[in-house]
Amino acid sequence: MNLVERILARASGRSSVSPDDVVFAKVDRAMLHDVSGPGVIKVFERIAGQGIPTDRLWDPDRVWVAEDHFVPSAEKISAENIARLSEFTSRYGIKNHFRYGMGQYGICHTISHEEAMVMPGDVYVGGDSHTNTTGALGAFACGLGHTDMAYVLLNGQIWFKVPETMYFRLNGRLPSHVMAKDFILKIIGDIGTDGGAYRTMQFGGTGIEEMSLEGRLTLCNMTTEAGAKNGIVRPDQKTVAYLEERMSGAGREAAKVSLGRGGADYSEPDGADSDYAAVYEYEASELEPVVAEPFSPENTRPVSEAPSVELDKSYIGSCTGAKYEDLEAAARILKGRKVRIRTEVLPAAISIYRRAMESGLLKIFLDAGAMVGPPTCGACCGAHMGVLGKDEVCISTTNRNFPGRMGHVESRTYLASPMVAAASAITGRITDPREIVHAA
Amino acid sequence: MGGERNRNVSDNNAVTGGVIKYARDNIDTDVIIPGQYLKIHDYAELATHAMEGLDGDFHSKAKNASFIVAGRNFGCGSSREHAPIALAHSGIKAVAALSFARIFYRNAVDGAFLLPIEIGEDAYEGTGEGDVVTIDVKAGQMRNETTGRRYEIKPFSEIIGKIIEAGGLFRYGMQQKQQKQQQQQQGS
Repeated sequence: MNLVERILARASGRSSVSPDDVVFAKVDRAMLHDVSGPGVIKVFERIAGQGIPTDRLWDPDRVWVAEDHFVPSAEKISAENIARLSEFTSRYGIKNHFRYGMGQYGICHTISHEEAMVMPGDVYVGGDSHTNTTGALGAFACGLGHTDMAYVLLNGQIWFKVPETMYFRLNGRLPSHVMAKDFILKIIGDIGTDGGAYRTMQFGGTGIEEMSLEGRLTLCNMTTEAGAKNGIVRPDQKTVAYLEERMSGAGREAAKVSLGRGGADYSEPDGADSDYAAVYEYEASELEPVVAEPFSPENTRPVSEAPSVELDKSYIGSCTGAKYEDLEAAARILKGRKVRIRTEVLPAAISIYRRAMESGLLKIFLDAGAMVGPPTCGACCGAHMGVLGKDEVCISTTNRNFPGRMGHVESRTYLASPMVAAASAITGRITDPREIVHAA
Repeated sequence: MGGERNRNVSDNNAVTGGVIKYARDNIDTDVIIPGQYLKIHDYAELATHAMEGLDGDFHSKAKNASFIVAGRNFGCGSSREHAPIALAHSGIKAVAALSFARIFYRNAVDGAFLLPIEIGEDAYEGTGEGDVVTIDVKAGQMRNETTGRRYEIKPFSEIIGKIIEAGGLFRYGMQQKQQKQQQQQQGS
């Protein structure tokens, strides 16, 4: 069995599973936010009317909640949703509720790794499509809708069809001007927005072993844009170190992070190619900065061949593109330079915001003329705080560029890495970071 | 549960209605129900914004239609259950597409909002805007009453078929629990 099959076999109490088997898997962690939370509340109200008990959750300690899409509240409906979410978590005894303006808060997927909410080998489900992100910690991490999340909260399990696994092998270390975002955009361009549909996308090879956890998170995050059920990277000592650092940082008792559940060790080397439905090979040295043109993440082309488009804005935000290393990469480009277009930097969690403040990144952004905003899904999903108007053109570190994704249906978004978004902020057109660095 | 709508389809085994045709792939959740409306959880209100990102005439078309026919990867993008809810509460009983994105598919079935019907290229090409079709799940057929042509639809996998028949995931779960209890009683 490959990694995902081992996790799903363990979670469903079977000695083995194969692709297409339908299993009811026990869930280790479940997440809701300020969109899926009220959605689940609505489902609870409906099923209670049909005599299904909703008075207690299967395990409130395994459920956690983030506030991210519509915070800080821009109007009253959003504010009321936050109030309903608070009422829900207090009623059901959910202690892990990350409230904005009360200590740690941020985008749910960022919280999942910043706060070490998920462990290697976990079955982790969330009421958000980018739940895939957290597979980078070696978990089976999968997004679900409101009905399914309500079912999980009451029963602690959910059905899955065991997916086939596509294996993406990266040979060698990424060049300094190429980021994980460029690699995943390249993959989506190659296989299409349904190229991973219903399947697992697993990443491995020397390039992944050398890659930071945050790089791996970016890869798994955008498996969603290829239609995948989940993305995953085999956990290793880097994963353990990353999680243990965050657990002790949060003052949690010094738990030892293990590389699997129930005595399993999921860090065993990825199996033979025959364990996978398909294997794709990439040479890191051949990769280059990439953009995805409107209106699909699969419309990719190298930045070197990008059309000369006048940009209105550069957006450096979201779970995909505003982790600490993303900000660090953008700051390397922006340091000592001025932006030519509106540039908005929104760190993905307050813990990242704080580190960026302490290390001087925020000052670099402000000196360059950029705006620094609070953690929020904000304009990434067209919610608020920087949405695009008609005909506006944006380069963005986010994950989707469908019509209307970031605002008006006739606005246009180019998806790119934080380095490309920063370089483009300086020139006002889509720019290869090497142009800026070489010009220095 | 849900719209009760797919129960109509499965109980009667055949439903006839008009078609709204979107001859394109990758109709994503951002156009089915734009992100700014995710804060809304009133189903009727959500329906008023259905397909707003793609088709301003959707609601006038939906008055005379029960089905959407579309290309590959329908419902790709986010996990928002608002998408099948907004369509179902606009009167759509089934979406017939070449393929579906996985979360949209699950949400449609587990919440019992509408039926996701997988069709072949022949049915996709042979069905036009305003045609009247009959979807007959039991017979595994989609009949175009306007042209008189019949097409096979892809059968549901076992688990999907059972959840649809039960009327959604919660009803399926209750049935399973009851069956288990009966078996235990018989065994004791």
